[in-house]
Amino acid sequence: MTKQQAQLQKEHQKVLYWEAQAAGEERKRFADLRQEIERQQQRIAKPQQRAYQSTALKFVPPQTVVKNTIMAFLVGGAICLMGQIIKNIFLQNGLADKEASAATSSMLIFLGAFFTGIGYYDKLGKVAGAGSIVPITGFANSIVSSGLEFKKEGYIYGVGAHLFTVAGPVLVYGTMISILVGLVYYFAK
Amino acid sequence: MAQKKIGKQTFQFSSVPVITSWASVVGPKEGEGPFGEQYDLVLTDSLAGEKTWEKAEQKMMQYSVELALEKRGLLPKDLDLYLAGDLLNQIICANFTARFLNTPFLGLYGACSTLAQGLCVAGILLEGGFAEKVGVSASSHHNTAERQFRTPTELGDQRPLTAQWTVTGSASFVLERVGTGIMLTHATIGKINDLGVSNAQDLGSAMAPAACDTISTHLEDLGRSEADYDLIVTGDLGFLGSNILTELLTQKGISAEKIYDCGITIYSPEQDTHAGGSGCGCSAVVLAAHLIGCLQARFYQRILFVGTGALLSQISAFQGESIPCIAHAVVLEAGRGDR
Repeated sequence: MTKQQAQLQKEHQKVLYWEAQAAGEERKRFADLRQEIERQQQRIAKPQQRAYQSTALKFVPPQTVVKNTIMAFLVGGAICLMGQIIKNIFLQNGLADKEASAATSSMLIFLGAFFTGIGYYDKLGKVAGAGSIVPITGFANSIVSSGLEFKKEGYIYGVGAHLFTVAGPVLVYGTMISILVGLVYYFAK
Repeated sequence: MAQKKIGKQTFQFSSVPVITSWASVVGPKEGEGPFGEQYDLVLTDSLAGEKTWEKAEQKMMQYSVELALEKRGLLPKDLDLYLAGDLLNQIICANFTARFLNTPFLGLYGACSTLAQGLCVAGILLEGGFAEKVGVSASSHHNTAERQFRTPTELGDQRPLTAQWTVTGSASFVLERVGTGIMLTHATIGKINDLGVSNAQDLGSAMAPAACDTISTHLEDLGRSEADYDLIVTGDLGFLGSNILTELLTQKGISAEKIYDCGITIYSPEQDTHAGGSGCGCSAVVLAAHLIGCLQARFYQRILFVGTGALLSQISAFQGESIPCIAHAVVLEAGRGDR
Protein backbone atom coordinates (compact mmCIF):
# COMPACT_ATOMS: atom_id res chain seq x y z
CA MET A 1 0.00 0.00 0.00
CA THR A 2 1.47 3.35 -1.04
CA LYS A 3 1.56 6.44 1.21
CA GLN A 4 -1.20 8.02 -0.81
CA GLN A 5 -3.38 4.92 -0.44
CA ALA A 6 -2.80 4.84 3.31
CA GLN A 7 -3.78 8.51 3.48
CA LEU A 8 -6.99 7.87 1.54
CA GLN A 9 -7.84 4.92 3.77
CA LYS A 10 -7.50 7.19 6.79
CA GLU A 11 -9.61 9.93 5.23
CA HIS A 12 -12.31 7.47 4.20
CA GLN A 13 -12.63 6.22 7.75
CA LYS A 14 -12.85 9.77 9.13
CA VAL A 15 -15.43 10.94 6.61
CA LEU A 16 -17.56 7.83 7.13
CA TYR A 17 -17.51 8.48 10.87
CA TRP A 18 -18.65 12.08 10.35
CA GLU A 19 -21.27 10.97 7.86
CA ALA A 20 -22.72 8.49 10.35
CA GLN A 21 -23.10 11.24 12.92
CA ALA A 22 -24.40 13.98 10.63
CA ALA A 23 -27.99 14.43 9.49
CA GLY A 24 -29.91 15.95 6.59
CA GLU A 25 -28.03 18.18 4.17
CA GLU A 26 -24.74 17.75 6.01
CA ARG A 27 -24.93 13.99 5.78
CA LYS A 28 -25.36 14.19 2.06
CA ARG A 29 -22.29 16.40 1.77
CA PHE A 30 -20.21 13.83 3.65
CA ALA A 31 -21.63 11.03 1.52
CA ASP A 32 -20.54 12.87 -1.62
CA LEU A 33 -17.09 13.38 -0.14
CA ARG A 34 -16.84 9.71 0.79
CA GLN A 35 -17.81 8.65 -2.71
CA GLU A 36 -15.22 10.99 -4.13
CA ILE A 37 -12.56 9.31 -1.96
CA GLU A 38 -13.75 5.90 -3.13
CA ARG A 39 -13.43 6.96 -6.75
CA GLN A 40 -9.96 8.26 -6.07
CA GLN A 41 -8.99 4.95 -4.44
CA GLN A 42 -10.08 3.12 -7.56
CA ARG A 43 -8.24 5.54 -9.80
CA ILE A 44 -5.02 4.83 -7.92
CA ALA A 45 -5.47 1.06 -7.93
CA LYS A 46 -6.17 0.83 -11.67
CA PRO A 47 -2.67 1.63 -13.04
CA GLN A 48 -1.07 -0.79 -10.56
CA GLN A 49 -3.42 -3.52 -11.70
CA ARG A 50 -2.86 -2.75 -15.36
CA ALA A 51 0.91 -2.79 -14.93
CA TYR A 52 0.78 -6.17 -13.20
CA GLN A 53 -1.60 -7.69 -15.69
CA SER A 54 0.60 -6.73 -18.61
CA THR A 55 3.53 -8.42 -16.80
CA ALA A 56 1.47 -11.51 -16.10
CA LEU A 57 0.17 -11.67 -19.65
CA LYS A 58 3.69 -12.19 -20.97
CA PHE A 59 3.82 -15.58 -19.28
CA VAL A 60 0.46 -16.91 -20.43
CA PRO A 61 1.01 -19.81 -22.81
CA PRO A 62 -0.39 -19.07 -26.29
CA GLN A 63 -3.70 -20.75 -27.10
CA THR A 64 -3.30 -23.58 -29.56
CA VAL A 65 -5.81 -22.00 -31.97
CA VAL A 66 -4.74 -23.77 -35.16
CA LYS A 67 -4.72 -27.22 -33.57
CA ASN A 68 -8.05 -26.57 -31.85
CA THR A 69 -9.64 -25.36 -35.07
CA ILE A 70 -8.46 -28.36 -37.07
CA MET A 71 -9.64 -30.81 -34.40
CA ALA A 72 -12.99 -29.04 -34.09
CA PHE A 73 -13.42 -29.19 -37.86
CA LEU A 74 -12.56 -32.88 -38.06
CA VAL A 75 -14.62 -34.07 -35.10
CA GLY A 76 -17.54 -31.72 -35.79
CA GLY A 77 -17.48 -32.83 -39.42
CA ALA A 78 -17.34 -36.48 -38.43
CA ILE A 79 -20.37 -36.10 -36.17
CA CYS A 80 -22.29 -34.40 -38.99
CA LEU A 81 -21.21 -37.09 -41.43
CA MET A 82 -22.44 -39.70 -39.01
CA GLY A 83 -25.75 -37.84 -38.82
CA GLN A 84 -26.02 -37.88 -42.60
CA ILE A 85 -25.32 -41.60 -42.75
CA ILE A 86 -27.94 -42.29 -40.09
CA LYS A 87 -30.42 -40.14 -41.98
CA ASN A 88 -29.72 -41.95 -45.25
CA ILE A 89 -30.30 -45.27 -43.56
CA PHE A 90 -33.65 -44.04 -42.25
CA LEU A 91 -34.56 -42.71 -45.69
CA GLN A 92 -33.67 -45.99 -47.36
CA ASN A 93 -35.83 -47.83 -44.91
CA GLY A 94 -38.85 -45.87 -46.00
CA LEU A 95 -39.15 -42.88 -43.65
CA ALA A 96 -40.25 -39.57 -45.16
CA ASP A 97 -37.65 -36.77 -45.20
CA LYS A 98 -39.12 -34.89 -42.23
CA GLU A 99 -39.54 -38.04 -40.17
CA ALA A 100 -36.02 -39.15 -41.01
CA SER A 101 -34.63 -35.81 -39.78
CA ALA A 102 -36.45 -36.09 -36.48
CA ALA A 103 -35.37 -39.70 -36.04
CA THR A 104 -31.76 -38.75 -36.82
CA SER A 105 -31.81 -35.98 -34.21
CA SER A 106 -33.19 -38.39 -31.63
CA MET A 107 -30.56 -40.93 -32.54
CA LEU A 108 -27.73 -38.37 -32.19
CA ILE A 109 -29.11 -37.08 -28.90
CA PHE A 110 -29.23 -40.65 -27.66
CA LEU A 111 -25.63 -41.24 -28.71
CA GLY A 112 -24.46 -38.00 -27.06
CA ALA A 113 -26.25 -38.94 -23.85
CA PHE A 114 -24.99 -42.50 -23.99
CA PHE A 115 -21.35 -41.58 -24.41
CA THR A 116 -21.67 -38.95 -21.67
CA GLY A 117 -23.11 -41.60 -19.39
CA ILE A 118 -20.28 -44.06 -19.93
CA GLY A 119 -17.73 -41.28 -19.47
CA TYR A 120 -16.30 -40.75 -22.97
CA TYR A 121 -17.87 -37.52 -24.17
CA ASP A 122 -15.79 -35.26 -21.87
CA LYS A 123 -12.63 -36.94 -23.17
CA LEU A 124 -13.74 -36.26 -26.74
CA GLY A 125 -14.57 -32.66 -25.78
CA LYS A 126 -11.08 -32.10 -24.38
CA VAL A 127 -9.63 -32.76 -27.83
CA ALA A 128 -12.43 -31.53 -30.07
CA GLY A 129 -13.64 -28.40 -28.25
CA ALA A 130 -16.32 -26.67 -30.29
CA GLY A 131 -16.39 -29.65 -32.65
CA SER A 132 -18.22 -31.73 -30.08
CA ILE A 133 -20.08 -28.95 -28.24
CA VAL A 134 -21.85 -27.32 -31.17
CA PRO A 135 -23.57 -30.37 -32.74
CA ILE A 136 -26.76 -31.69 -31.14
CA THR A 137 -24.73 -34.40 -29.37
CA GLY A 138 -23.05 -31.61 -27.37
CA PHE A 139 -26.44 -30.34 -26.31
CA ALA A 140 -27.29 -33.82 -25.05
CA ASN A 141 -23.96 -33.89 -23.23
CA SER A 142 -24.64 -30.60 -21.47
CA ILE A 143 -27.98 -31.83 -20.13
CA VAL A 144 -26.95 -35.35 -19.23
CA SER A 145 -23.72 -34.24 -17.53
CA SER A 146 -25.71 -31.83 -15.34
CA GLY A 147 -28.22 -34.58 -14.59
CA LEU A 148 -25.49 -37.02 -13.58
CA GLU A 149 -23.70 -34.41 -11.53
CA PHE A 150 -26.68 -33.41 -9.42
CA LYS A 151 -28.34 -36.81 -9.05
CA LYS A 152 -26.80 -37.10 -5.59
CA GLU A 153 -28.80 -34.13 -4.34
CA GLY A 154 -32.00 -35.99 -5.18
CA TYR A 155 -34.45 -35.88 -8.08
CA ILE A 156 -36.14 -32.62 -7.09
CA TYR A 157 -33.49 -30.29 -5.66
CA GLY A 158 -30.72 -31.98 -7.63
CA VAL A 159 -31.65 -33.22 -11.10
CA GLY A 160 -34.85 -31.20 -11.41
CA ALA A 161 -33.38 -27.90 -10.35
CA HIS A 162 -30.04 -28.24 -12.08
CA LEU A 163 -30.74 -30.17 -15.28
CA PHE A 164 -30.46 -27.02 -17.39
CA THR A 165 -27.57 -25.25 -15.62
CA VAL A 166 -25.40 -25.53 -18.72
CA ALA A 167 -28.04 -25.83 -21.44
CA GLY A 168 -30.35 -23.22 -19.89
CA PRO A 169 -28.71 -20.14 -21.41
CA VAL A 170 -28.69 -21.83 -24.84
CA LEU A 171 -32.42 -22.53 -24.56
CA VAL A 172 -33.30 -19.06 -23.28
CA TYR A 173 -31.36 -17.12 -25.90
CA GLY A 174 -32.00 -19.68 -28.64
CA THR A 175 -35.74 -19.28 -28.11
CA MET A 176 -35.46 -15.50 -27.89
CA ILE A 177 -33.43 -15.20 -31.08
CA SER A 178 -35.79 -17.53 -32.93
CA ILE A 179 -38.70 -15.27 -31.96
CA LEU A 180 -36.79 -12.20 -33.14
CA VAL A 181 -35.83 -13.86 -36.40
CA GLY A 182 -39.44 -14.99 -36.83
CA LEU A 183 -40.68 -11.40 -36.36
CA VAL A 184 -38.11 -10.02 -38.80
CA TYR A 185 -39.06 -12.69 -41.32
CA TYR A 186 -42.79 -11.99 -40.85
CA PHE A 187 -42.46 -8.24 -41.41
CA ALA A 188 -39.78 -8.37 -44.10
CA LYS A 189 -41.67 -10.91 -46.18
CA MET B 1 4.56 -3.92 21.52
CA ALA B 2 3.88 -7.50 20.65
CA GLN B 3 6.58 -9.59 22.22
CA LYS B 4 6.64 -12.51 19.84
CA LYS B 5 6.26 -10.54 16.65
CA ILE B 6 9.22 -9.60 14.51
CA GLY B 7 8.97 -6.92 11.88
CA LYS B 8 5.64 -6.33 10.18
CA GLN B 9 3.99 -9.71 9.88
CA THR B 10 6.17 -12.45 11.33
CA PHE B 11 5.71 -14.42 14.55
CA GLN B 12 8.58 -16.14 16.29
CA PHE B 13 7.93 -19.40 18.13
CA SER B 14 10.74 -19.45 20.67
CA SER B 15 9.43 -22.59 22.37
CA VAL B 16 9.63 -24.22 18.94
CA PRO B 17 6.59 -26.46 18.47
CA VAL B 18 7.25 -29.61 16.48
CA ILE B 19 5.40 -31.56 13.84
CA THR B 20 5.55 -35.07 15.26
CA SER B 21 3.40 -36.99 12.85
CA TRP B 22 1.84 -36.64 9.41
CA ALA B 23 -0.04 -38.65 6.83
CA SER B 24 -1.37 -38.19 3.32
CA VAL B 25 -4.21 -39.80 1.40
CA VAL B 26 -4.66 -39.17 -2.32
CA GLY B 27 -6.77 -40.15 -5.29
CA PRO B 28 -5.71 -42.45 -8.13
CA LYS B 29 -4.42 -39.72 -10.47
CA GLU B 30 -2.09 -38.35 -7.77
CA GLY B 31 -1.04 -41.92 -7.01
CA GLU B 32 0.20 -42.19 -10.59
CA GLY B 33 2.22 -39.00 -10.13
CA PRO B 34 5.89 -38.63 -9.17
CA PHE B 35 5.25 -39.10 -5.42
CA GLY B 36 3.03 -42.15 -5.92
CA GLU B 37 5.04 -44.43 -3.67
CA GLN B 38 5.37 -41.89 -0.89
CA TYR B 39 1.70 -41.33 -0.04
CA ASP B 40 0.41 -43.26 2.93
CA LEU B 41 -2.74 -44.32 1.14
CA VAL B 42 -3.74 -44.13 -2.51
CA LEU B 43 -7.44 -44.58 -3.18
CA THR B 44 -8.27 -46.96 -6.02
CA ASP B 45 -11.06 -44.72 -7.30
CA SER B 46 -12.13 -41.16 -6.66
CA LEU B 47 -15.32 -42.21 -4.85
CA ALA B 48 -13.48 -44.23 -2.17
CA GLY B 49 -16.44 -46.60 -1.95
CA GLU B 50 -18.80 -43.77 -1.06
CA LYS B 51 -21.92 -42.62 -2.87
CA THR B 52 -20.84 -39.03 -3.45
CA TRP B 53 -17.58 -37.23 -4.04
CA GLU B 54 -18.19 -34.97 -1.07
CA LYS B 55 -18.41 -38.03 1.17
CA ALA B 56 -15.27 -39.39 -0.45
CA GLU B 57 -13.37 -36.19 0.26
CA GLN B 58 -14.53 -36.22 3.85
CA LYS B 59 -13.40 -39.83 4.24
CA MET B 60 -10.03 -38.92 2.76
CA MET B 61 -9.55 -36.22 5.34
CA GLN B 62 -10.68 -38.53 8.12
CA TYR B 63 -8.34 -41.32 7.00
CA SER B 64 -5.41 -38.91 6.91
CA VAL B 65 -6.05 -37.78 10.50
CA GLU B 66 -6.50 -41.32 11.69
CA LEU B 67 -3.27 -42.42 10.01
CA ALA B 68 -1.32 -39.46 11.41
CA LEU B 69 -2.63 -40.16 14.92
CA GLU B 70 -1.96 -43.87 14.67
CA LYS B 71 1.64 -43.33 13.53
CA ARG B 72 2.22 -41.35 16.71
CA GLY B 73 0.23 -43.77 18.86
CA LEU B 74 -2.40 -41.16 19.70
CA LEU B 75 -6.17 -41.13 19.75
CA PRO B 76 -8.44 -38.24 18.73
CA LYS B 77 -9.18 -37.52 22.39
CA ASP B 78 -5.48 -36.75 22.93
CA LEU B 79 -5.77 -33.69 20.71
CA ASP B 80 -6.49 -30.43 22.51
CA LEU B 81 -7.68 -28.88 19.31
CA TYR B 82 -8.33 -29.81 15.73
CA LEU B 83 -7.92 -27.26 12.93
CA ALA B 84 -9.09 -28.09 9.44
CA GLY B 85 -10.42 -26.68 6.23
CA ASP B 86 -11.27 -27.52 2.65
CA LEU B 87 -12.61 -25.83 -0.46
CA LEU B 88 -16.28 -26.68 -0.24
CA ASN B 89 -19.01 -24.29 0.81
CA GLN B 90 -19.15 -24.03 4.60
CA ILE B 91 -16.06 -26.32 4.75
CA ILE B 92 -18.24 -29.39 5.11
CA CYS B 93 -15.47 -31.97 4.89
CA ALA B 94 -13.68 -30.41 7.84
CA ASN B 95 -16.93 -30.14 9.82
CA PHE B 96 -17.85 -33.78 9.30
CA THR B 97 -14.32 -34.95 10.08
CA ALA B 98 -14.42 -32.97 13.31
CA ARG B 99 -17.78 -34.60 14.04
CA PHE B 100 -16.09 -37.97 13.73
CA LEU B 101 -13.09 -37.00 15.87
CA ASN B 102 -15.20 -35.40 18.60
CA THR B 103 -12.44 -32.98 19.61
CA PRO B 104 -12.61 -29.19 20.07
CA PHE B 105 -12.56 -27.79 16.57
CA LEU B 106 -11.88 -24.56 14.74
CA GLY B 107 -12.73 -24.54 11.04
CA LEU B 108 -10.43 -22.68 8.68
CA TYR B 109 -10.92 -21.25 5.27
CA GLY B 110 -7.90 -20.04 3.36
CA ALA B 111 -8.66 -21.71 0.02
CA CYS B 112 -5.45 -23.40 -1.08
CA SER B 113 -3.49 -21.72 1.73
CA THR B 114 -5.52 -23.59 4.35
CA LEU B 115 -2.71 -25.89 5.42
CA ALA B 116 -0.21 -23.05 5.88
CA GLN B 117 -2.91 -21.11 7.73
CA GLY B 118 -3.53 -24.13 9.97
CA LEU B 119 0.18 -24.52 10.72
CA CYS B 120 0.40 -20.79 11.60
CA VAL B 121 -2.58 -20.98 13.96
CA ALA B 122 -1.37 -24.25 15.50
CA GLY B 123 2.04 -22.71 16.09
CA ILE B 124 0.50 -19.69 17.79
CA LEU B 125 -1.67 -21.84 20.06
CA LEU B 126 1.18 -24.14 21.05
CA GLU B 127 3.57 -21.24 21.61
CA GLY B 128 0.96 -19.52 23.72
CA GLY B 129 0.58 -22.59 25.88
CA PHE B 130 -3.08 -23.06 25.03
CA ALA B 131 -2.60 -26.58 23.79
CA GLU B 132 -0.18 -29.51 24.02
CA LYS B 133 -1.23 -31.33 20.88
CA VAL B 134 -2.99 -29.89 17.85
CA GLY B 135 -4.16 -31.66 14.71
CA VAL B 136 -4.20 -29.83 11.37
CA SER B 137 -5.81 -31.07 8.16
CA ALA B 138 -6.55 -29.77 4.71
CA SER B 139 -8.23 -31.49 1.80
CA SER B 140 -9.47 -30.98 -1.72
CA HIS B 141 -11.07 -33.23 -4.29
CA HIS B 142 -10.98 -32.67 -8.02
CA ASN B 143 -14.60 -33.57 -8.62
CA THR B 144 -16.13 -31.70 -5.68
CA ALA B 145 -14.19 -28.55 -6.53
CA GLU B 146 -14.96 -28.87 -10.21
CA ARG B 147 -18.70 -29.11 -9.65
CA GLN B 148 -18.72 -26.31 -7.10
CA PHE B 149 -16.52 -23.80 -8.89
CA ARG B 150 -16.84 -24.76 -12.56
CA THR B 151 -18.98 -27.10 -14.60
CA PRO B 152 -20.31 -30.66 -14.34
CA THR B 153 -17.43 -33.11 -14.56
CA GLU B 154 -18.77 -35.03 -17.56
CA LEU B 155 -19.30 -31.90 -19.63
CA GLY B 156 -17.15 -32.02 -22.75
CA ASP B 157 -15.58 -28.57 -22.51
CA GLN B 158 -12.01 -27.55 -23.20
CA ARG B 159 -9.97 -26.23 -20.28
CA PRO B 160 -7.75 -23.27 -21.10
CA LEU B 161 -4.00 -23.78 -20.86
CA THR B 162 -3.84 -21.48 -17.82
CA ALA B 163 -6.24 -23.70 -15.82
CA GLN B 164 -4.96 -25.89 -13.01
CA TRP B 165 -6.13 -29.30 -11.95
CA THR B 166 -7.54 -29.54 -8.41
CA VAL B 167 -5.71 -32.21 -6.49
CA THR B 168 -7.64 -35.07 -4.93
CA GLY B 169 -5.89 -35.47 -1.66
CA SER B 170 -5.79 -34.73 2.01
CA ALA B 171 -2.99 -34.51 4.52
CA SER B 172 -3.00 -34.21 8.29
CA PHE B 173 -0.33 -33.18 10.73
CA VAL B 174 0.04 -33.53 14.47
CA LEU B 175 1.86 -30.67 16.16
CA GLU B 176 3.09 -30.79 19.72
CA ARG B 177 4.51 -28.26 22.09
CA VAL B 178 7.30 -30.60 23.17
CA GLY B 179 8.67 -33.67 21.48
CA THR B 180 10.83 -34.74 18.59
CA GLY B 181 10.02 -33.88 15.03
CA ILE B 182 10.14 -31.17 12.43
CA MET B 183 10.53 -27.75 14.06
CA LEU B 184 8.18 -24.89 13.37
CA THR B 185 10.16 -21.75 14.11
CA HIS B 186 8.38 -18.81 12.46
CA ALA B 187 5.13 -17.95 10.77
CA THR B 188 4.40 -15.03 8.49
CA ILE B 189 0.75 -14.14 8.12
CA GLY B 190 -0.04 -12.76 4.70
CA LYS B 191 -2.07 -9.80 3.53
CA ILE B 192 -4.67 -9.91 0.80
CA ASN B 193 -3.20 -8.98 -2.56
CA ASP B 194 -5.51 -8.25 -5.44
CA LEU B 195 -4.08 -6.92 -8.64
CA GLY B 196 -7.28 -7.11 -10.58
CA VAL B 197 -7.02 -10.57 -12.14
CA SER B 198 -10.60 -11.78 -12.49
CA ASN B 199 -10.15 -14.90 -14.62
CA ALA B 200 -11.09 -17.83 -12.40
CA GLN B 201 -9.37 -20.14 -14.88
CA ASP B 202 -6.04 -18.42 -14.24
CA LEU B 203 -5.41 -18.56 -10.51
CA GLY B 204 -1.64 -18.71 -10.92
CA SER B 205 -1.49 -15.13 -12.20
CA ALA B 206 -3.85 -13.99 -9.46
CA MET B 207 -1.88 -15.59 -6.62
CA ALA B 208 1.69 -14.81 -7.65
CA PRO B 209 1.71 -11.25 -6.18
CA ALA B 210 0.46 -12.55 -2.81
CA ALA B 211 3.25 -15.14 -2.71
CA CYS B 212 5.83 -12.50 -3.66
CA ASP B 213 4.53 -10.13 -1.00
CA THR B 214 4.64 -12.71 1.78
CA ILE B 215 8.07 -14.07 0.80
CA SER B 216 9.67 -10.63 0.58
CA THR B 217 8.04 -9.45 3.82
CA HIS B 218 9.17 -12.61 5.58
CA LEU B 219 12.78 -12.21 4.48
CA GLU B 220 12.74 -8.54 5.39
CA ASP B 221 11.14 -9.15 8.82
CA LEU B 222 13.76 -11.71 9.78
CA GLY B 223 16.65 -10.01 8.05
CA ARG B 224 17.24 -13.20 6.12
CA SER B 225 17.95 -13.81 2.48
CA GLU B 226 16.85 -16.65 0.24
CA ALA B 227 20.31 -18.18 0.87
CA ASP B 228 19.17 -19.01 4.42
CA TYR B 229 16.69 -21.51 3.03
CA ASP B 230 17.26 -24.76 1.20
CA LEU B 231 13.95 -24.38 -0.52
CA ILE B 232 11.20 -21.79 -0.81
CA VAL B 233 8.09 -23.88 -1.37
CA THR B 234 4.98 -22.33 -2.87
CA GLY B 235 1.63 -24.08 -2.64
CA ASP B 236 0.00 -24.18 -6.02
CA LEU B 237 1.05 -21.40 -8.35
CA GLY B 238 1.49 -23.81 -11.22
CA PHE B 239 3.77 -23.23 -14.19
CA LEU B 240 2.34 -19.85 -15.08
CA GLY B 241 2.15 -18.44 -11.54
CA SER B 242 5.61 -19.73 -10.73
CA ASN B 243 7.10 -17.99 -13.75
CA ILE B 244 5.39 -14.75 -12.76
CA LEU B 245 6.62 -15.13 -9.18
CA THR B 246 10.18 -15.53 -10.46
CA GLU B 247 9.78 -12.30 -12.42
CA LEU B 248 8.27 -10.42 -9.44
CA LEU B 249 10.96 -11.61 -7.02
CA THR B 250 13.70 -10.71 -9.48
CA GLN B 251 12.22 -7.22 -9.72
CA LYS B 252 12.56 -6.97 -5.94
CA GLY B 253 16.15 -8.18 -6.08
CA ILE B 254 15.41 -11.59 -4.57
CA SER B 255 16.83 -14.65 -6.27
CA ALA B 256 14.16 -17.13 -7.30
CA GLU B 257 16.48 -20.10 -7.75
CA LYS B 258 15.15 -21.97 -4.75
CA ILE B 259 11.49 -21.66 -5.62
CA TYR B 260 9.77 -25.03 -5.62
CA ASP B 261 6.10 -25.21 -6.50
CA CYS B 262 3.99 -28.13 -5.29
CA GLY B 263 1.53 -27.53 -8.12
CA ILE B 264 4.27 -28.25 -10.64
CA THR B 265 5.85 -31.25 -8.95
CA ILE B 266 2.73 -33.14 -7.89
CA TYR B 267 1.96 -34.33 -11.41
CA SER B 268 4.31 -35.51 -14.11
CA PRO B 269 4.15 -33.60 -17.42
CA GLU B 270 2.59 -36.62 -19.18
CA GLN B 271 -0.46 -36.31 -16.93
CA ASP B 272 -1.45 -33.24 -18.96
CA THR B 273 -2.92 -31.00 -16.30
CA HIS B 274 -2.14 -27.82 -18.24
CA ALA B 275 -0.80 -25.29 -15.69
CA GLY B 276 -0.27 -27.82 -12.85
CA GLY B 277 -2.07 -28.88 -9.68
CA SER B 278 -3.99 -26.74 -7.21
CA GLY B 279 -6.28 -27.01 -4.19
CA CYS B 280 -5.80 -27.31 -0.44
CA GLY B 281 -4.67 -30.88 -0.91
CA CYS B 282 -1.90 -29.95 -3.33
CA SER B 283 0.59 -28.34 -0.97
CA ALA B 284 -0.62 -30.48 1.93
CA VAL B 285 0.10 -33.87 0.37
CA VAL B 286 3.40 -32.77 -1.20
CA LEU B 287 4.54 -31.52 2.20
CA ALA B 288 3.41 -34.67 3.99
CA ALA B 289 4.56 -37.17 1.40
CA HIS B 290 7.77 -35.64 0.19
CA LEU B 291 9.12 -32.42 1.71
CA ILE B 292 8.79 -33.30 5.36
CA GLY B 293 10.55 -36.58 4.66
CA CYS B 294 13.42 -34.64 3.07
CA LEU B 295 13.66 -32.53 6.23
CA GLN B 296 13.57 -35.62 8.40
CA ALA B 297 16.35 -37.21 6.37
CA ARG B 298 18.31 -33.93 6.71
CA PHE B 299 18.37 -33.61 2.95
CA TYR B 300 17.07 -30.11 3.64
CA GLN B 301 17.84 -28.20 6.82
CA ARG B 302 15.36 -25.37 6.58
CA ILE B 303 12.53 -24.61 4.20
CA LEU B 304 10.04 -21.80 3.87
CA PHE B 305 6.60 -23.24 3.18
CA VAL B 306 4.27 -20.71 1.56
CA GLY B 307 0.63 -21.67 1.07
CA THR B 308 -1.13 -19.60 -1.56
CA GLY B 309 -4.89 -19.13 -1.68
CA ALA B 310 -7.27 -17.58 -4.18
CA LEU B 311 -10.20 -16.44 -2.07
CA LEU B 312 -12.86 -16.24 -4.72
CA SER B 313 -16.35 -17.66 -4.70
CA GLN B 314 -18.45 -18.63 -7.66
CA ILE B 315 -20.75 -15.71 -6.92
CA SER B 316 -17.96 -13.14 -6.79
CA ALA B 317 -16.53 -14.55 -10.01
CA PHE B 318 -19.89 -14.26 -11.82
CA GLN B 319 -20.32 -10.72 -10.51
CA GLY B 320 -17.05 -9.81 -12.20
CA GLU B 321 -15.10 -9.19 -8.99
CA SER B 322 -11.36 -9.65 -9.15
CA ILE B 323 -9.75 -12.40 -7.09
CA PRO B 324 -8.39 -11.52 -3.63
CA CYS B 325 -5.39 -13.70 -2.91
CA ILE B 326 -3.40 -14.51 0.20
CA ALA B 327 -0.24 -16.35 1.14
CA HIS B 328 0.88 -17.53 4.57
CA ALA B 329 4.39 -18.79 5.27
CA VAL B 330 5.89 -21.06 7.91
CA VAL B 331 9.53 -21.91 8.50
CA LEU B 332 10.18 -25.63 8.94
CA GLU B 333 13.51 -26.91 10.18
CA ALA B 334 15.00 -30.39 10.40
CA GLY B 335 14.26 -32.07 13.66
CA ARG B 336 14.91 -31.36 17.25
CA GLY B 337 15.91 -34.30 19.41
CA ASP B 338 16.76 -36.66 16.60
CA ARG B 339 19.99 -34.89 15.72
